[in-house]
Amino acid sequence: MSSPHWRSQSSSTIDVDHNLQTDVLVIGGGPAGTWAAWSAASAGAKVVLVDKGYCGTSGCAAASGNGVWYVPPDAEAREAAKASREALGGFLANRTWMDQVLDQTYTNVNLLAEWGYPFPVDGEGKPYRRSLQGPEYMRLMRKQIKRVGVTILDNSPALQLLVDAKGAVAGATGVNRQTGKQWVVRAGGVIIATGGCAFLSKALGCNVLTGDGYLMAAEAGAEMSGMEFSNAYGISPAFSSVTKTLFYNWATFTYEDGTPIPGAGSQRGRSVIAQTLLTQPVYAILDKANEDMQANMRKAQPNFFLPFDRAGIDPFNQRFPVTLRLEGTVRGTGGIRIVDSTCAASVPGLYAAGDAATRELICGGFTGGGSHNAAWAISSGYWAGKSAAEYAQGLGEWGTQRPVEAVGEAGLISGSQHQIKAEEVIQATQAEVFPYDRNLFRTEQTLTGSLQRLDNLWQEIRSSQAGNQQNIIQMREAAAMVATARWMYSSALERKETRGMHKHLDFPEIDVNQQHYLVSGGLDRVWVRREELGIEKELVGASS
Amino acid sequence: MIELVSASRCIQCNICVNVCPTNVFDRVSDAPPTIARQSDCQTCFMCELYCPVDALYVAPQVDPLDSVDETLLKEAELLGSYRRNIGWGRDRISSAQEDSTHQILKQMK
Repeated sequence: MSSPHWRSQSSSTIDVDHNLQTDVLVIGGGPAGTWAAWSAASAGAKVVLVDKGYCGTSGCAAASGNGVWYVPPDAEAREAAKASREALGGFLANRTWMDQVLDQTYTNVNLLAEWGYPFPVDGEGKPYRRSLQGPEYMRLMRKQIKRVGVTILDNSPALQLLVDAKGAVAGATGVNRQTGKQWVVRAGGVIIATGGCAFLSKALGCNVLTGDGYLMAAEAGAEMSGMEFSNAYGISPAFSSVTKTLFYNWATFTYEDGTPIPGAGSQRGRSVIAQTLLTQPVYAILDKANEDMQANMRKAQPNFFLPFDRAGIDPFNQRFPVTLRLEGTVRGTGGIRIVDSTCAASVPGLYAAGDAATRELICGGFTGGGSHNAAWAISSGYWAGKSAAEYAQGLGEWGTQRPVEAVGEAGLISGSQHQIKAEEVIQATQAEVFPYDRNLFRTEQTLTGSLQRLDNLWQEIRSSQAGNQQNIIQMREAAAMVATARWMYSSALERKETRGMHKHLDFPEIDVNQQHYLVSGGLDRVWVRREELGIEKELVGASS
Repeated sequence: MIELVSASRCIQCNICVNVCPTNVFDRVSDAPPTIARQSDCQTCFMCELYCPVDALYVAPQVDPLDSVDETLLKEAELLGSYRRNIGWGRDRISSAQEDSTHQILKQMK
């Protein structure tokens, strides 16, 4: 690639692997991306899906076991499902959105059964559809989107969005990371389904999730929402990647000498674990699971036991050291702001789905980890696909013929003398977002300090040039992580209370006057503003 | 982290090169793929699942080991153990059918 910048007039001078025109481009091939692609193609659109990794294995769902917020249409059950986490989420979730997500998830998960997903049966012989094993689920989704004619480009990270003269998003360009050749996809509508950002923390399946979609969307002018609720940490054995927190409900957490740590637990006691880890190691043993439960655990989550079996540890009878790995916005709830029930972002032609989009609408400020995020990926993916298809069909041929230009600068500036090592930027960013006493336990002072250093990092990376092809991908990831951290901490500084997952030590109580969303954005200058809950509701009503 | 591409088992299908979510492997003509970027491995075990001949070994540790002993791994039947455990591959029955999450959640209520 001679220059990372691309203009429709000069494409002939670039070594292009794929130069495609399509109705809908989906960026990201996890659950949300594949549902979006299936939905758009089923609505009659021509669809291209690009994945940084391999559609079927990449993303946090593929490698893991996934709970799904699947609730049959029974009034009482639905009411309980909606009520169960409203308080935990700081009353920021929206019941209209919850209803829509519960309906769509129920319909689509039943489709999975029709397509042949091997759901188990429960004790009464009824099918049980609240849990999906990632490898099987994502292999099936890849098969289904190929069946409806979706073109898949694997190993093809997107680097920049294309926009038309009016600023509407009209495609993307990127590289094939194995051949080194550039690809260009011109599209009527674009769906960002790139997942969240876990800052390369080595949490299971999360290292492909570096906030790339947020950065591209922001460069096209999109806004974020709920970025202060981006401090999810998952419990894992200290040596391992497997962050599966559910089973630690049966754990006793101890100090090194074997005495239990008062108040430590997997759900509400996670702060105690974090607090202890600041000064000394923490151990766990799953000694509260009886033999029946042990057998059930093995059947429910085989990959939870994989690291133990291979390391020669019996977690039910032997203590093992644990750590908390940052899952950031992957199991937090922040992401690209959704403006209406079509899952549109605040820029024309751009849609967001899954963890890339805010999940505040159904989770408020408390983790969407497990079931809610899975349901959101399914339903928001489905809506984004359908809406983008309609939008693209409305544009007709103009959608792929209009003059376009690539937007995005950080790491892509050609001719700059300034070179920095992406690895160093990544480590410096991790030093601001990993520590529990910065990101989990927040204060005005530490947030301000972190933000100053992150602003400096942004200034450095936004004016730098990547040396070569491989570096460009890593530079863009580094820039995305810095940008994500800045929206997170700018929003956290603005929410002067403790609500949902956001723990502000200077303001330890919930404040009724702050029951609003915090919308953020901007690159060189980051901004945050409040958005009342009611506005979102009206928009939903108006378009549904 | 990925620690082993067994030269004796590998059939050079290069499926691992294609499916690795973080692009850890490099294709080599007339030879097994190499582990070219081990530090990018996220220990997700997906390459092991997709390897049709159980030639790969992902150690559970997220940091690289000094070495692994292929003979010991074979004796301990660890090559391909994840695929066997979840019933992944031709002529196997997926363990998803036995998913007992409902039993677990019942106990939590």
